[in-house]
Amino acid sequence: MSNENATTKGNVLQTGQQKKKGNSLLNLLASNTVPIMFIIICAVCIPISGFSPAYLINEILTRMGRNTFLILALLIPIMAGMGLNFGMTLGAMAAEIGLIFVSDWQIYGIPGMVLAMIISIPISMLLGLICGKILNAAKGREMVASYIISFFINGIYQLIVLYMMGSIIPIKHTTVKLPRGYGIRNTVSLLNMRQKLDDLLAINVKGVKIPVATFIVIGLLCLFIVWFRKTKLGQDMRAVGQDMEVARDAGIDVERTRIISILMSTVIAGFGMVIYLQNMGNLSTYSSHSQIGMFAIAALLVGGASVDKASIGNVFLGVTLFHLMFIVAPSAGAKITGDSMIGEYFRVFVSYAVITIALIMYETKKRREKSQMAELLAAEQEADA
Amino acid sequence: MSNEHTPLLEIRNIKKDFFGNQVLTDINFRLEEGQVLGFCGENGAGKSTLMKILFGMDVIRETGGYEGDILLNGQKVTFNSPFDAIAAGIGMVHQEFSLIPGFTATENILLDREPQKKSVISEIFGNRLNTLDRKEMSVRAEKAIDRMGVRIDPKMVVNEMPVGHKQFTEIARELSKDQLKLLILDEPTAVLTEKEAEALLDSIRGMASRGIAVIFITHRLHEILSVCDNVVVMRDGFVVKDVPAKDTNVEEITRWMVGRSVENAGSDSASVTDAGSDSRETIMKIEKLWVDMPGETVRNVNLEVKKGEILGIGGLAGQGKLGIPNGVMGLYEAGGKVTFDGKEIPLNSPRKCLDASLAFVSEDRRGVGLLLDESLEWNVAFPAMQIQNKFLKNYLGGLIKWRDEKAIHEVTQKYIDELQIRCTSSRQSAKELSGGNQQKVCLAKAFALEPKFLFVSEPTRGIDVGAKALVLNALKKFNRESGVTVVMISSELEELRQVCDRIAIVSGGKIAGILPAASPSEEFGMLMVSNVK
Repeated sequence: MSNENATTKGNVLQTGQQKKKGNSLLNLLASNTVPIMFIIICAVCIPISGFSPAYLINEILTRMGRNTFLILALLIPIMAGMGLNFGMTLGAMAAEIGLIFVSDWQIYGIPGMVLAMIISIPISMLLGLICGKILNAAKGREMVASYIISFFINGIYQLIVLYMMGSIIPIKHTTVKLPRGYGIRNTVSLLNMRQKLDDLLAINVKGVKIPVATFIVIGLLCLFIVWFRKTKLGQDMRAVGQDMEVARDAGIDVERTRIISILMSTVIAGFGMVIYLQNMGNLSTYSSHSQIGMFAIAALLVGGASVDKASIGNVFLGVTLFHLMFIVAPSAGAKITGDSMIGEYFRVFVSYAVITIALIMYETKKRREKSQMAELLAAEQEADA
Repeated sequence: MSNEHTPLLEIRNIKKDFFGNQVLTDINFRLEEGQVLGFCGENGAGKSTLMKILFGMDVIRETGGYEGDILLNGQKVTFNSPFDAIAAGIGMVHQEFSLIPGFTATENILLDREPQKKSVISEIFGNRLNTLDRKEMSVRAEKAIDRMGVRIDPKMVVNEMPVGHKQFTEIARELSKDQLKLLILDEPTAVLTEKEAEALLDSIRGMASRGIAVIFITHRLHEILSVCDNVVVMRDGFVVKDVPAKDTNVEEITRWMVGRSVENAGSDSASVTDAGSDSRETIMKIEKLWVDMPGETVRNVNLEVKKGEILGIGGLAGQGKLGIPNGVMGLYEAGGKVTFDGKEIPLNSPRKCLDASLAFVSEDRRGVGLLLDESLEWNVAFPAMQIQNKFLKNYLGGLIKWRDEKAIHEVTQKYIDELQIRCTSSRQSAKELSGGNQQKVCLAKAFALEPKFLFVSEPTRGIDVGAKALVLNALKKFNRESGVTVVMISSELEELRQVCDRIAIVSGGKIAGILPAASPSEEFGMLMVSNVK
């Protein structure tokens, strides 16, 4: 009896799937519009820009090493259903505070990086906790709330860095401090730390530098994320992300789980920022962090992620495509228009455009799924008649 | 029933009221280990409330708790939350699915009870960093599925499952709890196909033979007869019958469920039906209507409404009766053809419906029906102002339109008197009124539109007896004096029979049949459960 049942149900399901199959190619295209768009843009721009493949690969590897860790920080909140964490900027600020201290204490190289990360942890955790609590009060509007929180915390960061450092918080070194005696300079040089991680174990293949140590660190984070998905906490986060009420009924502490996810994201973003800045070699005290969240999110979305679904694969595809465009577009733009500014303008414009398109597509996809239900109902009725 | 030993569950004198509205009165029953108890009754009979009490749901405590005792194995128990009830061995499968859509059956069955493996990291950072023991998880899920006796694929993801599988996943989840002694199934077969339902009944028998007691709530009466040991019939918050299943039959249960006083119910409406509704012209023709309203899906409805009549639409909850007006008025996505007064009305466009002189009093009066923060005057006049440019004074040849406050005040006052809306003044804000008075404001709002055709959905839901009578009379008067065609949707059959000329019963999203209001209630009862899916 029960076996027979299973087969009839199997049949029902199969007919459903067959129906889907006809649209599958279209669906595939529709759900990957953003990556496909970028592949086309890059394919057009690469020949125009006239860069050599070795140069392009070199640039991409550098930028991959610089940005991937930051982008990976976004995965955990998406898993917990909290959308794109614009609040990762908070972690970036924590990392900058760590780096300011380390520069002041003149601790160089890898030890300096590690110390800056360690200093950033408690600050990130505190900020993540605050952010998580606020986001719990703003369920369903996490993205906009986290975006505004990052502006708010930016104000506090500026207060600390501009007025309290040097006056209340001891800062000694004059290369870090403003001449007036308190506050931090616009630019803090990280020359002693510059690309120290990237150069560690680096190998050179035909003029292409591969920052092995950086990739090892990124690889470790990827492994951590893969492992984390298998833990009880990871499973709880996935459950909370998909249906808060069901998770709560099953006994999962929804609020706490959500806070932990934001907290982890903030801490990882802090580490990512240290890696990012060691590659850049200097810290713009008041602006380095401001667009970090925006670019990381844009890159992730370019990789085909959406508000509720993102994988490690999306991160790598996204970082490659997004930065490939960054490299080739200015040059291509300059070649076509004769004005190099057009490329600069283009990259900021594209970042915002990508985020907007991805958000719109997420909504339309949800609506399309809903109208599919209605179509199914109409079709079922036709079949009845 | 033997009195020597203590039963697994005993319910003693349970009483419950929601803010003075008595919904359960002196409920008593007992349940032995391995017994199956069938629960039936019309909507609003109090079944759900009773189960909520039994399962320790928050809503009960928030509304002032209950009176009476629940005894489990002879011990008095008080559940402060569903978790207490679960710990005591009670499991419940709700009507709405409580499953994580992107998880497999296994993951859902063991949600938050996953077997885990310790690691070095979890020793330091706490148990939540234990890794899940996938192997053990599938073993336990398999075991639970075996106990249920219906095969489902433990690896299938919930949102790809047919509805029936989801239901079985929920049941397997309850069965995977080792302490389970009593399982409450709230209309589990409502979403199942005939064959799946059969399989479920088999599985209930299996559970019972393993010593698990089952409370089985369903509208499909023949299922109760085939699987239950005892049947409890509820009506208006009372247990009207508690009999062994083998001593009764479907007709009898139906009569107990609906049959208040079969003789006098039809007498009032009998006088109005003989007008011979067939001879009247059709004002609205609904053809092949489908509506995608969550929980109230409508499938292939064909219906003709005669001019000047009051047509009732009844049926059990979730069968689609609410979907019909919401679909026609464009509040939920719908398809099909609706012709009104010779012209076709476009669906999915509320404004077009209102322009065609249709009006709708929604069942969701706080969400759709009222501007809660605004005054009564505004509430009554707003749609008429918006749609028909009533209560407006034109200046400069219509370029500037000002509200005619005086006319608004007058019309509001008129309806306040007519419908006896209890308020301090016509400028009081709508949210300060009681439910019954809010309902009257909704009606006044629709009346002020002076429509040709009025949909009224659940007009008496959640209001007291006095207000109920007033609302129903107002509707009747509106129909008789202004010649407006009224379609009234209600879960309460008795109320439909008092007011309506004809009553259509919706079952399984379709019209199961249309009867004159004076027909005996057994016939309505049979129609209600005819297509239940």
